[in-house]
Amino acid sequence: MLTSAKTRMYGFVFSFLVIPVALYAVFVIGPYAQAFYISLTNWRGITGNPQYIGFENFTRLFSDEVFWAAVRHHALLLVAMPLITIAIALFFSFLLNLGGGSKGGRMTGVFGSRLYRVVYFFPQVLAVAVIGVLFQAVYRPDGTGIINGLLDLVGIAPVGWLIAPDLALWSIMGVLVWQSVGFYVVLFSAGMAAVPKDVFEAAALDGAGRFRLFFSITLPLIWDTIQVGWVYLGIAAFDCFALVQVLSVDRGGPDNATTVLPLEIWRNAFTFSKFGYASAMGVALFFLTLTFAALSLRVTRRERIEL
Amino acid sequence: MAYSAGTPKDITRRQMLRRIGLTALVAGPAAGFLSSCATSGAGGGDAAPATSAAAPTSGANPFGVKADAPLEVVIFKGGLGDSYATDVHEPLYKKEFPNASVKHVATQQISQTLQPRFASGDVPDFIANSGSDLMDNGALQTEGQLLDLTPLFDAPSIDDPSKKVRDTLVPGTVESGLIADKPYILNYVFTGYGLWYNAKLFQEKGWTPPKTFDEFKTLCGTIKDAGLTPYAYAGKNASYYQYWMILITAAKIEGNQVLIDIDNLADGAWTRDSVKQSAAAWAEIGKFMDKSYEGLIHTEVQTRQNQDKVALYPSGSWLENEQKDNTPGSFEYAVTPTPSLTASDKMPFEAIRAAAGEPYIIPAKGKNTAGALEYARIMLSKEGAKGFTEKSGSLTVVVGAAEGLSLTPGLKSVADAQTAAGNNIVTYSSFENWYKELETELRKQTNSLMFGRITAEQFCANMQKKADAVKADSSITKQNRTV
Repeated sequence: MLTSAKTRMYGFVFSFLVIPVALYAVFVIGPYAQAFYISLTNWRGITGNPQYIGFENFTRLFSDEVFWAAVRHHALLLVAMPLITIAIALFFSFLLNLGGGSKGGRMTGVFGSRLYRVVYFFPQVLAVAVIGVLFQAVYRPDGTGIINGLLDLVGIAPVGWLIAPDLALWSIMGVLVWQSVGFYVVLFSAGMAAVPKDVFEAAALDGAGRFRLFFSITLPLIWDTIQVGWVYLGIAAFDCFALVQVLSVDRGGPDNATTVLPLEIWRNAFTFSKFGYASAMGVALFFLTLTFAALSLRVTRRERIEL
Repeated sequence: MAYSAGTPKDITRRQMLRRIGLTALVAGPAAGFLSSCATSGAGGGDAAPATSAAAPTSGANPFGVKADAPLEVVIFKGGLGDSYATDVHEPLYKKEFPNASVKHVATQQISQTLQPRFASGDVPDFIANSGSDLMDNGALQTEGQLLDLTPLFDAPSIDDPSKKVRDTLVPGTVESGLIADKPYILNYVFTGYGLWYNAKLFQEKGWTPPKTFDEFKTLCGTIKDAGLTPYAYAGKNASYYQYWMILITAAKIEGNQVLIDIDNLADGAWTRDSVKQSAAAWAEIGKFMDKSYEGLIHTEVQTRQNQDKVALYPSGSWLENEQKDNTPGSFEYAVTPTPSLTASDKMPFEAIRAAAGEPYIIPAKGKNTAGALEYARIMLSKEGAKGFTEKSGSLTVVVGAAEGLSLTPGLKSVADAQTAAGNNIVTYSSFENWYKELETELRKQTNSLMFGRITAEQFCANMQKKADAVKADSSITKQNRTV
């Protein structure tokens, strides 16, 4: 039996937890549960009495080519976007922290690394929508676009960044990478700062070059941080709504080349008034995201290196 | 036609801000669950309708409007602006009912503004349901949310009480708003569609608008040699401007029946010869377009036309008004009908698509439906219609309401084209509003066709496939039209 002191302590902890848990239940779990129910109805979002239709929405999903196009795009984004972002961010943070070599027995970054660190972080501060509008001008397909204007100076014909079906999704991915790199530079820098400097110095003294220093020392020691970054980026790859909405031709075009699930959910709900079907897509997205998070944590699991 | 106010997905700052908010909700793994909160407590379907006690009806007050009942008017603020409501119609209503308060709401996103209100049963009285985010009228009607407008069209006209309102309108107006054989939509704006050009430039260069597709191709060659883009539309957000042209040409070849069959999801309607020939002819014109136009929005292309970089542009009669702030003095808008394809076309070259557009609706469960009907009757008076034309630069469906107004060159050109067309009017397309999924597919396929990624045959086959899918989809309520 609990002593009265213990009861008081549990009561104290409980009173702190009850409000957040209640809020979470009402504002997160509740809507999720409701969406699961709506996905089993033909609700059109106009009146309050949806009809139950079983798994019809889900069977329809399987033959919906736009849905599969969106899933394929998520798959591509999931693999390519985190890889590119993490590679660039690691490269930059390595240069900023250790790239300058050893000075007076201390590892330093390249010249001006303090400034670069701030500059790299700028894109992270901008709202996604602002970035979308910015890149509209950057990617404009004729000579008035910023990139095409520059290409024009060296005599290269304008490139249809967002209108060539093979290029459009990569162009949008480019924006995502551009925006996220800064954040991961800071994250990995923090990871590198947590590694005791003498480990690097010892390796440098033993004659390890920068490549050796990076692949044999830095990478294994900040593996946990990279793993976290991977999951974050993966979840970001399941979104992309605002960028695709603003940048792509006819919202997800040309020819479905850039569409993503959140955009199709939005279109089915607000354009086609098919809230039931949109919810079914939402449920599919929910499970895709969960599967991804579980898988990526499992696959990237490694032996922890004790320092 | 519903979004003919010429403001397709215009990304304005305001929309942008709103989208950020929307993104926050939709983004991430929680996507799709946005909808969920909307049903809770939604009693819309069962809410008690019309709460205002009616006043007795009379000749001057045919709907029995209660003199002090407030009225809420929601206006889509797009290419037509909203000053026609605030400066003309609402004051006219106030004049008639001085004790009634009129609440004016202007929005660029009808659906996002009103969908939650419909779901919760708190609907406004009168709505300009327009813009690219308009509410699905078919869905609203199916759910019993729209008021049957028959009493409006049968009411005495304000200008001449011996006439019914329906007899003062351009023929076809009432029919264009039918859903399930009843008029639920008031299409108020008279819109002409065709190819727009700079009359001054054409005169200066000695070019004449083409009457056949052969002439069209020759002219495109000449214009290209002169250093202009002969023809362009905005693929990024306004591909429907182009699909209208494809549909018009199909109707000119075969007659309006093809458009009616397309609306009715008739088997094989999209794979008929007329549609194939039309798609093939336009794909040829597409070869004269610059690829980059697929990535531009309508105002960007329109501005390029104003700078004489683009010669011919497909659009409707709102174009001149939409561009009025960017049109230089050297530019004079004129419209020409789409060219004829063959000598055996069912309709002559002069035939144009001219239709009542811009849907206005009255929610069935509004608090002051009588007031909303009266508001609509005021819009359909000559004074209301004339004021609308002055404020919005667009003609209305009220016959003779523009008399005495000095029209702008573009508007005059529409009026002339209408006179020349006589009874050769290409009909509107209802599938655009009835089946948004089919419409979305058509945008996609139109870009694909015009920018050379698919052939006319593939275009027809893809559209037929989608039309068949819509027809087979039991969750979509099917509509039908006979005229």
